[in-house]
Amino acid sequence: MKPSKAVGIVGYGAYIPKYRIQTTEIARVWGNDPNLVPIREKSVPGSDEDSVTIAIEIARNALMRASIDPRDLRAVWVGSESKPYAVKPTSTIVAEAIAATPFVNAADWEFACKAGSETVQACIAYVGSGMAKYALGIGVDTAQGAPSDALEYTAAAGGAGYIIGSAKESLAVLEGSISYVTDTPDFWRRQHEHYPKHGNRFTGEPSYFRHVISSSKALMEELGTKPDDYTYAIFHQPNRKFPLEVSKILGFGKEKVLDGLVSPYIGNTYAGSALLGLAAVLDKAKEGDKIFCTSYGSGAGSDSFSFEVTDKLAERKVKAPSVKSYIERREEIDYARYARYRKKIRM
Amino acid sequence: MDVPRHWREQIKRYRLVGSKCKKCGKLSYPHRLVCPKCRSREYEEHQFIGRGKIISFTNINSPPKEHRYNLPYAVALVELMEGPVITAQITDARAEELEIGMEVEMVTRKIMEYNEDGIICYGYKFRPIVEYAHP
Amino acid sequence: MSDNVSVIGVGLGKVGEHWEKSLRDLAIESIWMAFEDSGIDKVDALYVGNMSSGQFVEQEHLGALIADFAGLGPIPAVKIEAACGSGGAAFIEGYMAVKSGMYDYVLVTGVEKMTDVLPSKTTSILANASDRDYEAFNGVSFVGLNALVMRRYMHEFNVKREELSIFPVISHKNAPFSKHAMYRKEITLEAVINSPIIADPLTLMDCAPICDGAASVILCSEKKAREFTDNPINVSGVGLATDSLGVHDRVHMTTLSAAVEASKKAYKMAGVGPKDIDILEIHDAFSIMSALSLEDMGFAKKGEGTKMALEGQHYIGGDLPINLYGGLKARGHPVGATGVYQIGELVYSLRGDGRVDAERGLAENIGGSGATISACILERGG
Repeated sequence: MKPSKAVGIVGYGAYIPKYRIQTTEIARVWGNDPNLVPIREKSVPGSDEDSVTIAIEIARNALMRASIDPRDLRAVWVGSESKPYAVKPTSTIVAEAIAATPFVNAADWEFACKAGSETVQACIAYVGSGMAKYALGIGVDTAQGAPSDALEYTAAAGGAGYIIGSAKESLAVLEGSISYVTDTPDFWRRQHEHYPKHGNRFTGEPSYFRHVISSSKALMEELGTKPDDYTYAIFHQPNRKFPLEVSKILGFGKEKVLDGLVSPYIGNTYAGSALLGLAAVLDKAKEGDKIFCTSYGSGAGSDSFSFEVTDKLAERKVKAPSVKSYIERREEIDYARYARYRKKIRM
Repeated sequence: MDVPRHWREQIKRYRLVGSKCKKCGKLSYPHRLVCPKCRSREYEEHQFIGRGKIISFTNINSPPKEHRYNLPYAVALVELMEGPVITAQITDARAEELEIGMEVEMVTRKIMEYNEDGIICYGYKFRPIVEYAHP
Repeated sequence: MSDNVSVIGVGLGKVGEHWEKSLRDLAIESIWMAFEDSGIDKVDALYVGNMSSGQFVEQEHLGALIADFAGLGPIPAVKIEAACGSGGAAFIEGYMAVKSGMYDYVLVTGVEKMTDVLPSKTTSILANASDRDYEAFNGVSFVGLNALVMRRYMHEFNVKREELSIFPVISHKNAPFSKHAMYRKEITLEAVINSPIIADPLTLMDCAPICDGAASVILCSEKKAREFTDNPINVSGVGLATDSLGVHDRVHMTTLSAAVEASKKAYKMAGVGPKDIDILEIHDAFSIMSALSLEDMGFAKKGEGTKMALEGQHYIGGDLPINLYGGLKARGHPVGATGVYQIGELVYSLRGDGRVDAERGLAENIGGSGATISACILERGG
């Protein structure tokens, strides 16, 4: 739940591609009811972007905030379900680009939308054990939903990353982290398939809700905290509805999740989702604020984290672009261009 | 098999690493083994900051075949803050936004890929500077 | 002092899309045209100007191939490559071979077969004339590099795109007379201005076409030349210079410093200056290159390369007629062959084709975006 050595976040970075497709445009193409779309619009990566390039942007932003020498990173871990190569690490490219090579552990992590948060938990352990001075964990995706599938309305691109270091250097100190995992096949993609399959309503109650709630409750129980102790809460956000509902069930209410709820504006960035919400909250948080964050990955599991913000956040958060500035940097594209960028049209 | 020729350029392209003449201080990108100014052969690696301004640009409509997927795209001569001028694509910008004097920042992007089954080559592009708005 | 070098034979094949002819067919056709023109049928050496046969038709080793198929016997034969400047560079090699006394008769053939591949591949191959790892890799086409130079030129000297559009009009004006030209028709200024943008600010009609062609010239000493003709055309000055391969490495983005250097050498060797040049074949692969060439070889002040053109001085009858056989734009630009076409065309004009009475002419051939430039001055032997 907590490493023997006190650790925290020394730097964080976010990135969202600038292109957006309105979900009503997707509905128009497939003849669906434009009034029933789950969110307003979602981010789309440009034709020269993929999980590698997005992770590099994230890592550079995190390094700017942390102001550390990249050669002091002992790990560059990237969690994603949209690796550009099926075999060949994404993380080595990222590590090379940020000059963290060669004395660094690099690996790609996979656990659907939880792949990002588990890299952060592993960084906590890596630094907490004394094996690393700093470690970087990134959650990133350029998620794809099958054309006309419900997931196409939300599958988006973006992510966030966290540099973990000692508590005394941190902008937010870790209070504890826990995971809750079972074998629950609610969403999957078989080898060589382009698009994932999912269990429709089965992805809700027995999957998302059960894991997010169980993990969150367990961590608060361990820490002896309650929702009222927290200023902000972030939950994995596949849409707008789920995180709001889970927040209500857990007793956090609506107000505490709104600042970290980015999916209505950019969609579900999968492995980047909860981590991006956490970055948006850090952009806003002040010294003494307590932040609760729970991810969710299909298959299925959740990682929960509890942080307390320090006085170092204020001067560091302004050193790189905020989540809000990335949300506001947008260019709308139509379905045809979206289909081209996402290689849905074979050339 | 084009792997080695891209692999050996990777660090220079991913991070914008060039060279600095140890004798006269002249900066070069790409790196040079002989200083174009004083002909010294002593040099060290130089990490460029990655900011500069556009001194000329064009929008490519008729590209080399390996860049077809990326159409339409702009290419510019970017004068780096430190002096050297480099040729690079401008990304995340509309053609009509571009102008001589525009400030840009370096990003690492996908430059080209060898079909669906070959290697992906990443490298530098430049984009309009992302403003640091904070809530 | 060794004897002057003369051009005694010219063979300029028709430029175009030769679907039915191979690279060797084109080369051999022009060689035998040059033999017929000269009155001889044997040479001591062959220099082949060619940019990229290895990529266009997957054939290297052109010297031996062409010598064999042209029936030249076991003579020394090599290929000279300097991108689009290959022809001019090969001509200078041939000149030096005769001038040195090494060979009596030298054949220079420029050849390029470009139409066997798709246009997008052609674009990729031409981009190899730039810095492959730091220009072409980043997606800039050859046209794109010229567009970058053009926009910078327009910016620095406050020149409008429409002013540069005059150059294709001038080249096309002379094309109907040019039997070997690809496009034997005139075009209007409006047509150039309104043609589709290829890489802004360059339009389609600012650019020379992709095509096939071969040109050959035969060189020997003036003394030997006088055995065949009373009016030999002599090579009085040659110059070749290089510059950084990448446009981004140039000290002045809008100066072809290789043109400055090459023309200086040629003028010095010929003992003349720009004012003594009566006619000019310039490398108008792109309109911007015409303006820069005129400036950098001393025919116009910097930034005023379009001035004489707009005044009508580059047409036949003007102060400095240019591209009398259509230039690269109308004759066509079979890249590695172009420099040899230019020499042949100067010879035609100096021999007297009924249009101009010129004593002396200069041919300028550019390789890449200006990294290799040759300047050759030819004049009537007295």
